[in-house]
Amino acid sequence: MKINDVILHAVTKIVVFIIFTMAVYLFLSGHHNPGGGFVGGLVLASAFVLLFLAFDMETVRHAIPFDFKYVAALGAFIAVASGVGSVFFDAPILSMTHGYFVLPIFGETELATVTLFELGVALAVVGVVVTIILSIGEDI
Amino acid sequence: MIELMLSAALVMFGLAGAIALIRIIIGPSLPDRIIALDMIGVILVSVVAVISVILNTRAFLEVILILAILAFISTIAFSRYIERGAIIERKRDR
Repeated sequence: MKINDVILHAVTKIVVFIIFTMAVYLFLSGHHNPGGGFVGGLVLASAFVLLFLAFDMETVRHAIPFDFKYVAALGAFIAVASGVGSVFFDAPILSMTHGYFVLPIFGETELATVTLFELGVALAVVGVVVTIILSIGEDI
Repeated sequence: MIELMLSAALVMFGLAGAIALIRIIIGPSLPDRIIALDMIGVILVSVVAVISVILNTRAFLEVILILAILAFISTIAFSRYIERGAIIERKRDR
């Protein structure tokens, strides 16, 4: 019997973008406010899980054509590389810095290298969580 | 006066959460338990909103959003489980 799930698909297509926006907000607010790479990665992973729940695995794999294990590996590499990179500037490993720059639209903005580390953490969390949920959630 | 009303609202939310918990424990069927879990999610969101009004802060608004997102996704997952038996399907039957 074919199951009618038009409402679920229609709601999911909108709500996924709201969750993506929430994840980006949490990721960018993580320097002075609650949030950060780990929480942003978890919310992003919940958006992917919602996609996998509403649609099936083949459709989402066709729409998002990258392997989440490679995403986790890339995130771990970015995090470690941002830690090792401080060695070349004669500083202890994992030491971070920040500076104030004047950008065209945003005005004077504080840019920190912690954001690179947080980006790596977020990618690693997304990859690991989605891989675990796909491994234990798919029907055999 | 407004603080008395907010405190009374918190007490009533606690009572509603206890009643929903009883329904989760003794619920005769699986859909009863799922509806009660969704109700507990809504109660948590309301409690956080009332507490942020009482404390006069804006720091808990992300908590409300994330709780709402997680309650929504968990309700969808439970519904798919009782309807089809599998959480994530490999291929959709067309």
